[in-house]
Amino acid sequence: MNEIIAIVQEYGQAYLWSDGYRLSGLAMTLWLLLLSIVIGFVMSVPLAVARVSSNRLISGPVWLYTYVFRGTPLYIQLLIIYSGIYSLEAVRAQPLLDAFFREGFNCTLLAFALNTCAYTTEVFAGMIRETPHGEIEAARAYGMSRFTLYRRIILPSALRRALPSYSNEVILMLHSTSIAFTATVPDLLKVARDVNSATYASFEAFGLAAVLYASVVFALVWLFRRCERRWLAFLQPRAH
Amino acid sequence: MKKLALGVMLVCASMGAVAKDWKVIRFGVNPSYAPFESKAASGELVGFDIDLGNALCARLKAKCVWVENAWDGIIPALKAKKFDAILSSMAVTEKRLQQISFSDKIYNVPPRLVAKKGNALQPAPDTLRGKRIGVEQGSTAEAYAKAYWEPKGVTVTSYPNQDQVYQDLTSGRLDAAFQSSVQAELGFLKTAAGRDYAFAGNGVADVKTLGVGAAIGLRQEDADLRQQLNRALAEVHKDGTYKRLAAKYFSFDIY
Repeated sequence: MNEIIAIVQEYGQAYLWSDGYRLSGLAMTLWLLLLSIVIGFVMSVPLAVARVSSNRLISGPVWLYTYVFRGTPLYIQLLIIYSGIYSLEAVRAQPLLDAFFREGFNCTLLAFALNTCAYTTEVFAGMIRETPHGEIEAARAYGMSRFTLYRRIILPSALRRALPSYSNEVILMLHSTSIAFTATVPDLLKVARDVNSATYASFEAFGLAAVLYASVVFALVWLFRRCERRWLAFLQPRAH
Repeated sequence: MKKLALGVMLVCASMGAVAKDWKVIRFGVNPSYAPFESKAASGELVGFDIDLGNALCARLKAKCVWVENAWDGIIPALKAKKFDAILSSMAVTEKRLQQISFSDKIYNVPPRLVAKKGNALQPAPDTLRGKRIGVEQGSTAEAYAKAYWEPKGVTVTSYPNQDQVYQDLTSGRLDAAFQSSVQAELGFLKTAAGRDYAFAGNGVADVKTLGVGAAIGLRQEDADLRQQLNRALAEVHKDGTYKRLAAKYFSFDIY
């Protein structure tokens, strides 16, 4: 117990938000999670629509993208983006690319966003496919254009029905951020490793990190439960 | 609590008095630090620490068993008795001494900066301000750089392992790498990848962060093993075995 108090006193700040010089620990983990989830979500909606297209030229490339990013470990994707791409002379010669890939944070964010976007695209595409035919036929009968059909009927319903699986993806993404230190990003697990190698109090060092991860998941689950209650109310069994 | 600790110490001491016969000595090693310990292409462990450990075992007429372990978990593993001693170029530090005990010094190698040939970098905060320096997480070089350079405006980036530091030095992400001079010379400067790089300035010394040198890490209760290893160490120094083994790897005196 004394050990934990000593660790919290000495490293509490590093665990939560800063190592004194830059963002670290929980704040870095959440920042990475937030950015990658937002970027992934924004890109995945149009990609999901493209994925269910009957035109092979449109759905094919999206299928390939999701296949590649779901078919390889995120860790390898991060290594390729962080170490592989920057080792290419052509990338370093281009000032803009050089500035982008030089920063470990940018590489990590790119890998995470592309990865979560691939999974989210498949989740959304699955939900779009499962939209009841009756709803679509009714919308067509009203004379809705394809765009209006997606905007007013298919997407609102598909995104709502995707909530439970989407919340899973967000939680898995949170856990995936623990590989960020591979690209030198000082995330929560990195701080725990620091503390472990400085104090050798492994149980306390990693235990604290585990508690922090679990608290975030707890908050996320609560948040998604609220969202589901609000937007999935029409699927709840009703008592009269 | 104190009474319990005292009791445990007494039990340990009495066990020590019986002097367990160390027929087998299990050394924990993290083979990622050539030339001290690394893996040959065949998967075999090679390096100065490996040779030294085997020589010590031969002296003690014990069987050497090498157990590989991740660096950041090597002290907990020692305490959990996954092996009996750490022979993995571990530097003696205050914090480590709170957890484990150490044999006599086996060598002392100061850390040194490595950068592109022809640069004017020196291991001092004023020439390094605004530069990016890579260090291995948990190394004494990291402790030194974070204590003396980072507060003065040097960007000190920690890496999960030393190979990644060199990789980012050659790719241009880093201006310099900071690590043990022997490790840098044999693990990088003498390899094809390190052709265009050289030491920048001399080694640094600081007992507070860098310690007094490397030694064999032992559980505090195994005082008998410590005595035996120290005796064997003195013997390999006396009969020239240490010099002969060191000459295999180093062109300079590492003791």
